[in-house]
Amino acid sequence: MTSKTMLRAGLYLILILFALFYLMPLFVMLTTSLKSLEEIRTGSLLALPRDITFAPWVEAWSTACAGTQCEGLRPFFWNSVLMAVPAVMISTVVGALNGYVFAQWRFRGANLFFAMILFGCFIPFQVVLLPMAQMLGLMGLAGSIPGLIFVHVIYGLGFTTLFFRNYYVTIPQELVRAAKVDGAGFFRIFWSIFLPISLPIITVSVIWQFTQIWNDFLFGVSFSGAGSQPVTVALNNIVNSTTGVKAYNVDMAAAIIAALPTLLVYVVAGKYFIRGLTAGSVKG
Amino acid sequence: MPILEIDHLQKSYGETHILHDINISIEEGDFLVLVGPSGCGKSTLLNCIAGLEPISGGNVSIAGRNVTGVSPKDRDIAMVFQSYALYPTMSVAKNITFGMKVRGVDKATQDKKLAQVASQLQIEPLLHRKPGQLSGGQRQRVAMGRALVRDPKLFLFDEPLSNLDAKLRVSMRTEIKKLHQDLNASIVYVTHDQIEAMTLATKIVVMKGGVIQQIGTPAEIYNRPANMFVADFMGSPAMNLIPAKVRAEGGQTRIQIERPGDAPLVITDPVARNLPADIILGVRPEDIHEATGNAHLPGTAEGAGGDVMIDIVEPAGADTFAVTQLGGKAVTARLRAESAVKARQPFPLAFDLSKVSYFSPSDGERLN
Repeated sequence: MTSKTMLRAGLYLILILFALFYLMPLFVMLTTSLKSLEEIRTGSLLALPRDITFAPWVEAWSTACAGTQCEGLRPFFWNSVLMAVPAVMISTVVGALNGYVFAQWRFRGANLFFAMILFGCFIPFQVVLLPMAQMLGLMGLAGSIPGLIFVHVIYGLGFTTLFFRNYYVTIPQELVRAAKVDGAGFFRIFWSIFLPISLPIITVSVIWQFTQIWNDFLFGVSFSGAGSQPVTVALNNIVNSTTGVKAYNVDMAAAIIAALPTLLVYVVAGKYFIRGLTAGSVKG
Repeated sequence: MPILEIDHLQKSYGETHILHDINISIEEGDFLVLVGPSGCGKSTLLNCIAGLEPISGGNVSIAGRNVTGVSPKDRDIAMVFQSYALYPTMSVAKNITFGMKVRGVDKATQDKKLAQVASQLQIEPLLHRKPGQLSGGQRQRVAMGRALVRDPKLFLFDEPLSNLDAKLRVSMRTEIKKLHQDLNASIVYVTHDQIEAMTLATKIVVMKGGVIQQIGTPAEIYNRPANMFVADFMGSPAMNLIPAKVRAEGGQTRIQIERPGDAPLVITDPVARNLPADIILGVRPEDIHEATGNAHLPGTAEGAGGDVMIDIVEPAGADTFAVTQLGGKAVTARLRAESAVKARQPFPLAFDLSKVSYFSPSDGERLN
């Protein structure tokens, strides 16, 4: 073996070790969720299940108690879907329009506006909690899913605007001018020329927003009411409200269920995500 | 009625004045070329005509209608851009018909016009391709097709050939000229290439620093440049601008030019001219000839005084260029290809004074 192949082998060894280390929690979660409580108590944490059981998954989905409500994750999962899907769609569409204006329809003070929107990306969640609660109360949206949608749209706009603006800035201005001379107006140019080339950046925006909104806990716990809690809040309640013996297998199954949609979105559209993030940095 | 009339147009961004008091008028069928170095404001002026840039003062009229505040789509213009600006997700056919579609033209008319323009530009086989699958020359044709299909009052071209390679540029130039003749279209064309300007234009506007230097036919611009900038900018190789001293003598004009290592060269313009003592003599390379005994041009260098030391000889196939030093400047003469001129040897040269320009050294303005 030459020293070069040895180096290669060493490199792979290290990479594999890191990958194993990184995958370990997922492995423990999966195996634990498929074990009975009895087996968890007696067996090793890292051992594969002797008898695979899906009972913890069924329990987590439909009967586990979150606080006083014992209907499993299911109702909260749908709350999250009802919250995340419109919030992602609205923030992406409005972000696309914002980005289009910032990139191609320069107006007086555009730079200041853009700087302010950019600044909005970096405002910590905690800072806006109280004013937002008051705002939602005034709007009559407190403790409701539309209220959560509103919060997530507002908070996501900074990011989606940034994504689309940076993508559209690489599109030559002459394209807009040509369309103007051809007779197209503001929305026509957006619809016929900009949207058709936006698939990579729409994917980025959707993945980013969906992950953020689905995984959010703080806004969910602060601004939801009894019937509108998202899945992350319910997961917390399930894990915390068990009395007596901790049902680790149910907790693990519930955690995996809560994380599945974001995983799925990334698996389906992940390659566009990378492509979209690097688009614009390379010409053509 | 002029097809385009620009009246006291001003353009400024804040305190920066881009265009100063522009006045241009062209008739139907004119091919107007705006030419000048980068940053002279020619593209800005074109965008002002198109309505893509608001103007700060003055008026723009197209076909007798004041369109100063009118949006580009209502000006009855079509434009070809430097980058072609083809819509990347649309096929060639869709690119060409987009304008008609936006304006609600019915499908049958769209198809008819598309077919007509496609055959005119010979792009029928490309109609279903995307712009990304086309070569530079093909994109150029599609961009022109998009303009032609509109049948506008006025065509605007913004450096349409500058992204093509040299050979293609020449053939497209010929095609644009042919198109202009066939359609009798009115065109405003921006370029920084003075050869494009000379070959295409029926009227040239030379610009510098947002100010019009001269408006005229290509022949006027070439033969009687209004100032030293125009003289230097138009023509290749450029007009020789030679500092000289002048004195009137018996109804004639004597012109004295410094010559290194010898007495000054004195040539005689047989016409009495009202010139200051110091001038800049502007003479095109092709107006400097080999002085032969039998060819007596006005202003042939007197006697042996016509000999100048040749520094460099550049044979260029059809012509031979000879470079010498006169009045402290390198002076180029365009001689016959078979000329016996040799570097580092004296050679007799004669100036065709019927075609020279006299400029004032202080402000560069034309004096004759």
